[in-house]
Amino acid sequence: MPTTVREYTGSIRDTVKSFWHGLSITLSYLVRRPITVQYPDRTTLPVRDMLPPRYRGFLEVDASICTGCQACERACPISCIQISLEKDPQNPKQRVVTQFDIDEAKCMFCGLCVEPCPTGSIQHTREFEGSQADLRNLVIRWSDPLHPFPVYKVDKAAEYLPRVELGTLVRAKLAARAWDAPGPRFLPPEPPAAPAAPAAGDATPAKP
Amino acid sequence: MPTKRTASKISPRTVVLVTLAVGLGLPGALFAAILLLSPLTKPAVIDALVGRVLGVDPATWPWTGLAEGVAVGILAFILVNFGAIVSGMTVWWEMRVSSRMQSRVGYNRAGAAGFFQWIADAVKLLFKEDLIPADADQILFRSAPYFVMAGFALAFVVLPFGESLIAADLNVGVFYLIAVTALVVVGILLAGWSSNSKWALFGGMRSAAQVISYEIPAGVAVMVPILMSGTLSMQGIVRAQGAWPWQWNVFTNPASTVAFAIFFISQLAEGNRTPFDLPEAESELVAGYLSEYSGFRFALYFLVEFGNLWVMAAVATTLFLGGWQVPFVGPEAYAAARGAELIPGAAWWGLEALSMVVMVLKTLVVLNLIVWVRWTLPRIRIDQMMNLCWKYLVPWAFASFLFTLLWQLAVAGTPALATVSGIALTAATALLLVLFLRQTRANLVAMGDRVDLTNW
Ligand code: SF4
Ligand code: SF4
Repeated sequence: MPTTVREYTGSIRDTVKSFWHGLSITLSYLVRRPITVQYPDRTTLPVRDMLPPRYRGFLEVDASICTGCQACERACPISCIQISLEKDPQNPKQRVVTQFDIDEAKCMFCGLCVEPCPTGSIQHTREFEGSQADLRNLVIRWSDPLHPFPVYKVDKAAEYLPRVELGTLVRAKLAARAWDAPGPRFLPPEPPAAPAAPAAGDATPAKP
Repeated sequence: MPTKRTASKISPRTVVLVTLAVGLGLPGALFAAILLLSPLTKPAVIDALVGRVLGVDPATWPWTGLAEGVAVGILAFILVNFGAIVSGMTVWWEMRVSSRMQSRVGYNRAGAAGFFQWIADAVKLLFKEDLIPADADQILFRSAPYFVMAGFALAFVVLPFGESLIAADLNVGVFYLIAVTALVVVGILLAGWSSNSKWALFGGMRSAAQVISYEIPAGVAVMVPILMSGTLSMQGIVRAQGAWPWQWNVFTNPASTVAFAIFFISQLAEGNRTPFDLPEAESELVAGYLSEYSGFRFALYFLVEFGNLWVMAAVATTLFLGGWQVPFVGPEAYAAARGAELIPGAAWWGLEALSMVVMVLKTLVVLNLIVWVRWTLPRIRIDQMMNLCWKYLVPWAFASFLFTLLWQLAVAGTPALATVSGIALTAATALLLVLFLRQTRANLVAMGDRVDLTNW
């Protein structure tokens, strides 16, 4: 609040000056080329290739080196990973992973599941574009009862673990699913709809 | 239920052509309608037409009033639609400009340069549920947007579009304008009160405080052009000015330049524009008085907020910037082209169209200035807002009012004084403009950038 004449005139001068410089700065930006790059169709490279290598995108599991140890499932603080193991009916000594679901819709990409993995089977990729009309389609199934995979036995003598190129598996899974594919139905079919006009008052289902 | 989306097969050239056709055709058609209808829907013309076409005496014919009413109703319909469409297009333009000022790209999907975005937004808002909070005051909540809308639509009655292009040239035009635009405050206050939400209430109260405070400097500043032209009629004020910048009210009197600045700032505040958007300050008040609104009612508020830009700009142009005056075309030229015919000839319509073009161009310049200021200055604090009004604008408005009184006496003695002031101030403004552009260029060069409009 101005208390002297100098302050009073000073604030008028400040106002005029901020108009002058402010308007001139915004005008100069108006005639420049915008620095934003238009996603997704005007980028020079696919965006995933411009991301830093340690970006934490969708998780990918390489079934060929997964030991079925379930360390990742236990590590996840919000239980997005669901793993089931069974004995192979043909070969009782071999265990198979019959379910390996990762709910990417629930995942917070914290990376806690990646760290305990003994073989580096589960990894973050740089994939992040997974728009789906149905949220359930974001559950990525790395194994299911019809296509189980046998657990991997770590070869102590191996120099390195043969992992497929990071990102190819999850990209194939995402590409195979149309954005508007109907979601999987986990619930039993709903009972037939009640008749339009309930006969008696007590027949109407209680509303919550 | 999910539908297969097919890639659009429309070629870019078609998109550009359709956008241009709509973007120029829509306002063009409305301007043409205003050009045609506003001189032809005057009661005198309608009466004469009734007498000539139907062969009845309009004074005794029972339906004369109805015919006049229908004619005015059509004009009113066109004007309200004009307001709505201009408001929508302003939204699009403002979003484009603001994104460039922030180094973004902005609307670019619907139509060429994203032009159809405002239509898409409007359609989306109309389809949304019109929700009324359970504890809101139903009647007030429902009616508040219509007060705002009425205040906005009524302003168009006295907005001049050209030499004879005005819905009604009231002899109390400016007074009427200030009176009806105050209806907007009523609507905002009602909205804030009836929503039964503290955000909305604070927003409404702030808005009322702000608009009522700024009415005072605005009103006093408006007195300056009124004193200079000696009339309250909008057309009268324009007629008192000349076509060249040194004949405009803003330059023919040094105090009037100050009054113009005060008027412009007060208009920003009354229109709740940034830097005076305290009533809907997102970071403090969610959306202020709009917090509880949705759907169509929300759309009405938005329409008024952006439509007001045109009203503000047109009023400022009329009062200070010479309105529709065309260089080299004096009142005699209009009178000569008009002739004595009931429906004037093509020359007169051409002159009218020319004056409309001048008015619209000036209005667009002021409108862009308002948009530009919004994206330049941050929001000010509420105490600063009140300080600015009562400690700076009000005293200076009164000072320029008093100065104008003396100035008018001096000009009555030596008429050359107005011309001298006009030329001096015009030259000073031109000089400032050049300096400003140099400053802008310096800003560009300082960042190692250059003018590049390829991605506009
Ligand atoms: S990244 Fe985090 S949240 Fe996601 S699955 Fe792994 S542990 Fe769970
Ligand atoms: S992905 Fe890794 S941590 Fe998870 S079960 Fe397989 S081997 Fe274990």
